[in-house]
Amino acid sequence: MTQATEVLIPTSAAEAASAFGDGSGVTVIAGGTIVLPEITYGRLKPEKALLLTRAGLSGVTRSGTTVTIGAGTAVQDLIDQPAPLGPCAANVADLEIRSQGTLGGNLCAGQGHDAPRGDLQGPLLALDAVARSTGAGGERSEPLADFLEDRGNRLLLDVSFEEPAAGAFEAIDYPHTHEYTVLAVSGARASDGTLRLAGTGLADHARLLSGDPETAAGEVPLDNDALASSWYRAKVLPVLVRRVLAELEESA
Amino acid sequence: MNLTVNDVAHAIESAPLTTLLDVLREELEIMSPKPGCEQGGCGACTVLVDGTPQRACLTPVAALDGASITTVEGLGTPGAMSPVQQAFTHHYAAQCGYCTSGMMMAAKAYLDGGGTDDHHAIQEALAGHVCRCTGYVKIIAAVAAVARGDSFDLTVTAPSVGMVNVGGVS
Repeated sequence: MTQATEVLIPTSAAEAASAFGDGSGVTVIAGGTIVLPEITYGRLKPEKALLLTRAGLSGVTRSGTTVTIGAGTAVQDLIDQPAPLGPCAANVADLEIRSQGTLGGNLCAGQGHDAPRGDLQGPLLALDAVARSTGAGGERSEPLADFLEDRGNRLLLDVSFEEPAAGAFEAIDYPHTHEYTVLAVSGARASDGTLRLAGTGLADHARLLSGDPETAAGEVPLDNDALASSWYRAKVLPVLVRRVLAELEESA
Repeated sequence: MNLTVNDVAHAIESAPLTTLLDVLREELEIMSPKPGCEQGGCGACTVLVDGTPQRACLTPVAALDGASITTVEGLGTPGAMSPVQQAFTHHYAAQCGYCTSGMMMAAKAYLDGGGTDDHHAIQEALAGHVCRCTGYVKIIAAVAAVARGDSFDLTVTAPSVGMVNVGGVS
């Protein structure tokens, strides 16, 4: 740390929102698992850092069939959630990283070309989650798919979704120090019967899929990076879609 | 800001975003947490934060004001080693030793949480720890031995698991 960084440590959600402001020039640090290496390796020199450790944004609450998960909730605290969210959370990295990394950091992470990011985006898209965030223009709630487009400029507060009637999660992993998730597909059947599928590990963030394995690879951008070629992604994606559909059918 | 490390209170001088790893090694000269990858992937810097294993390289010290940190130096002394340290010694669970501190802290948390000698459960608990000597068999055997409540004769080394008659010599 050669330059002085202004570090803000809010002790409530309201303080965090006010400290974040419109987000310009603010580096948000929740668990730190993504940001700290950037600082250590000199790729990021924050002018102003917002440390969310004490902001009280964590916790899972239930109201009727609506589940709300605070942005500061550790990934590890989600592993017992029903599919697709629980199995996806359990598939992230290892115990220590899951215990330190947060839902908010996972959802808001920028693209990592050499390491998987944003695993939880997929199951929450499949669950038709609503993201509540603050930033320029104040607080707003919107479908997660919309939030993901603007996630770098917002401070996520929580996500909520309706408990699904059924869910499934399938991933293909690459053995590394952790099992890296190259590609994953999440599926959920809502209580009204609507089926939603979403893929992670495709490109910059997770995206909804139509659920047709024949067309899946043509529906979304597929990257060529250190984790997999776009050719490989195009071959594997339909397989994962088929597996998820089969699992959802079994649970019907 | 204040940090208790191995039951000793310290006022920390380092800048707020300094990693806990740098604070421990550079400011407090506590050398058991090892800088390996410094991006969370290897586990060598793992310490206990209020009893929970955490990567010291990923944790800004400002997030820890008032926390209690345990490192290997807080487990035991050469003359009075903790069960985990005794098991690692008796089972020859350290080769180069670089991953050992992190392995032992993760093992300590696993065992303190009531972990059993189940092989798969131990693997899960240690999944974030890379041993480049690939000495996992003996590491897992050592953790299982503590879970079973074995006592350890430190004057001898345990027979190697699964290494009997390798090479086919009669």
